[in-house]
Amino acid sequence: MERSFVAKNPSVLVFLTILSLFTIAVTVLSEGFGIGVISTSFVKTLGKTLCLCLIAVAMDLVWGFTGILSLGHFAFFGLGGYMIGMWLMYERTRLIVVESLSQGEIPPTPSEVVDAVGTQIFGVVGSSDFPLVWAFSDSLILQLILVVLVPGLLALVFGWLAFRSRVTGVYLSILTQAMTLALALYLFQNDSGLRGNNGLSGLQNLPGVTASQDIVSIWFLWASALALGLGYMLAAWIVSGKFGSIIRGIRDNEARVRFLGYSVEVYKLAVFTLTACIAAIAGALYYPQAGIINPEEMAPIASIYLAVWVAIGGRGRLYGAVIGAAFVSLLSTWFTGGQAPDIPLGFYTIKWVDWWQVLLGVSFVLVTLFAPQGIGGLFDLWTNRRHPDRHGANLGPDDGSLREKEATE
Amino acid sequence: MSTLLEVSGVSVSFDGFRAINNLSFQIGQAELRAVIGPNGAGKTTFMDIVTGKTRPDEGRVIWGEKSVSLLRMSEAKIAQAGIGRKFQKPTVFEDQTVQENLLMALKNKRGWLGVLLYRPSASDLARVEELAAEIGLRDELTRKSGELSHGQKQWLEIGMLLAQEPRLLLVDEPAAGMTPQEREHTTDLLVQAAKTRAVVVVEHDMEFVRRLNCKVTVLHEGAVLAEGSLDHVTSNQDVIDVYLGR
Repeated sequence: MERSFVAKNPSVLVFLTILSLFTIAVTVLSEGFGIGVISTSFVKTLGKTLCLCLIAVAMDLVWGFTGILSLGHFAFFGLGGYMIGMWLMYERTRLIVVESLSQGEIPPTPSEVVDAVGTQIFGVVGSSDFPLVWAFSDSLILQLILVVLVPGLLALVFGWLAFRSRVTGVYLSILTQAMTLALALYLFQNDSGLRGNNGLSGLQNLPGVTASQDIVSIWFLWASALALGLGYMLAAWIVSGKFGSIIRGIRDNEARVRFLGYSVEVYKLAVFTLTACIAAIAGALYYPQAGIINPEEMAPIASIYLAVWVAIGGRGRLYGAVIGAAFVSLLSTWFTGGQAPDIPLGFYTIKWVDWWQVLLGVSFVLVTLFAPQGIGGLFDLWTNRRHPDRHGANLGPDDGSLREKEATE
Repeated sequence: MSTLLEVSGVSVSFDGFRAINNLSFQIGQAELRAVIGPNGAGKTTFMDIVTGKTRPDEGRVIWGEKSVSLLRMSEAKIAQAGIGRKFQKPTVFEDQTVQENLLMALKNKRGWLGVLLYRPSASDLARVEELAAEIGLRDELTRKSGELSHGQKQWLEIGMLLAQEPRLLLVDEPAAGMTPQEREHTTDLLVQAAKTRAVVVVEHDMEFVRRLNCKVTVLHEGAVLAEGSLDHVTSNQDVIDVYLGR
C-alpha cells in the first residue's frame, strides 16, 4: 500500500510524458522558435485545444466521477475569459491612448487618459463611462484573482441553492443550462457593461509586449500545456484517494453515501466549485489565443459539446476526457474549416461544413449505445491482455512456468 | 438499562395513507431486537424515520444520553451521531474494491477537506483487514465488490456497518438470499454485535428470528401490535389473527 502516487497512477506519468513530448515537438516545428513547419495559426489551434482538454478534465471530474451532468461549465470558461480579457483590453487601449495623446502640445492629465480609454472601449455601445464591473481592470493581479473568484463564487452560490434542494439528474442539467443561457443573454445586452454582442476583442495582443504573434503563440502553448499538466495531476490526485471513493459513491448511490454519514451536498458543492475554477483558468488561457470573446461562447450548445467530448472520450477516466476533447475538437476544426473533401453522390454532394454536426450527433448516439466506455475503453482491451485473469493458476503448461502473480507485477 | 432510542407517538401519511400510526418504540444501549410484521406494516418506513429519510407528521424521536431530537437532523448528521443502516437489497459500491468500501465506512472524519487530505494509516488498514476477516472476505480485499456473490455482498454491507462503529444498527432482512451456513454466520455476527450496541433486525423469516433469541416487536398497520419473547407474541391471539394464522 505504501507505493507513491505516480506508481499507483501510471497513467499520470504516461500522460505527462506525452504532453511534454507534444509541447516540445510543436515548439521545434513552430515558426517562432523552430523550423517553421507548423503555421502560427495552427499553433494557436493546438494551444486552444489544450485549454479545451483542461475543461474536459474538469467536466470529467464533475460528470464522469461525481455524476453531475453539468451543462453550464462553459459559462465558467467564458467568465474566466472575460476577466482576463478586461485587463488585456484596458491596458492595451491605455498604452495606445497615452501614445497618441503624447503627440499633443500639453501632456494629458490622468483623467483625460481614462476618459479617452473609456471612449475607445465603450464607443461601440454608445457610452464612454467605465461600468462598475471594470473597477479593477487596470490591475493585472486583481483581474487574475477575479478569473478564479468570479466563476468560483457563481458556482458556489448556484450549487448551494441547487444541491441543497436536492435537485438531481436531468432536472439539475436543465438548471445548469438555464444558468448559462441566462448569463449569455445578460451579457448580450449593451448595458451589461461588457460591450454586449461585440464582446472583447484584440485579446491576442499582450500590452507592452513587442514580440510577434509567432513567439506569443508558443508562450501560450507552453502555459496551456503547463495548466493542463497541473490540472490533470490535481484531478488524478483527487480521484485516487478516499475523496475519489466518496464522489464515485455519490455517482452510483447517493443515498447510501448519506447513510454512511457523509454530507453529499457539501461534496457535490466542493467538486462543482473546484471544477468551475479549473474551467475558468482554462478559459483565461483560451481567449487570449482566440483573440476575441463574446457572449455567443457561453451559449448552452458549447456546454453540450463539452459533454459530447467527454462521452466520446470515455467518462470516468481522466485521459479519456482529454482524448475526447482533443480528438473531437480537432476533427471539428478540420471538418468545419472546409479542409475535408466533399463527397459527390451524383444526385447530392455531401458538404462536411453542413454535415459535420450530423456526423458528430450520430457518433455520440452510437458511442452512448454501443461503447459507453468511449475511446478510453480501448485501453482496457490492451491492459486486459497484459494482465491475465487466470485466478492464480499457472500461465504455462507446467509448474515451472510463469505464475499469474509474477506476470502482473 | 438506559434507553438509547425512544420513538413516541409517531405518525406519517403518504397521500392520505397512514403508513405509521401513533407508533412508539424503545431500545436500550446494548440490546438485540427483532421487528416482524406483514408486508405494509410500516417496518421500512419506521427505519426511514429513524434514519432521517422520511419526516414524520407528528411525534418525537429522541436519541442518546443528551436526549437530542433526530427530527431536525440530516441523514448524514444522524449517521454521524451513530445510527447505521443496512438495506434490504445489498447496496455496496460495486465499482470499488472491498477495501475501498470498508475504508469509506470506517469511522473517521466525514468532512470534505479531511477526506481529501486523508491517507489510510497503518492502523486503519489493519482494522479493515480485521473486519474483512470477520466477514470472511479477507482474500477478496482487492476485488471489485460487484464481482462478489449475493451473500458476500450482504456480509460486506454488514462489515461496512460494523466499520462505522454505530451505537444503533438497523438491519433490514439480513438473511434474504443466503444459504443456511451463511445465515448461521450472520446470526452469530448480529448476536455478537448486540453485546456492545443496540441492534434492530427487521425480518420475515421466523426461523431466523427464533435463532436470534431476543425480544420481538410485532408491527401491524403502522403500530405496535405486541411485544415480548417470540413464544409470547406467537401465542398472542391478535398476532395469530393478522399475521401467523393466515
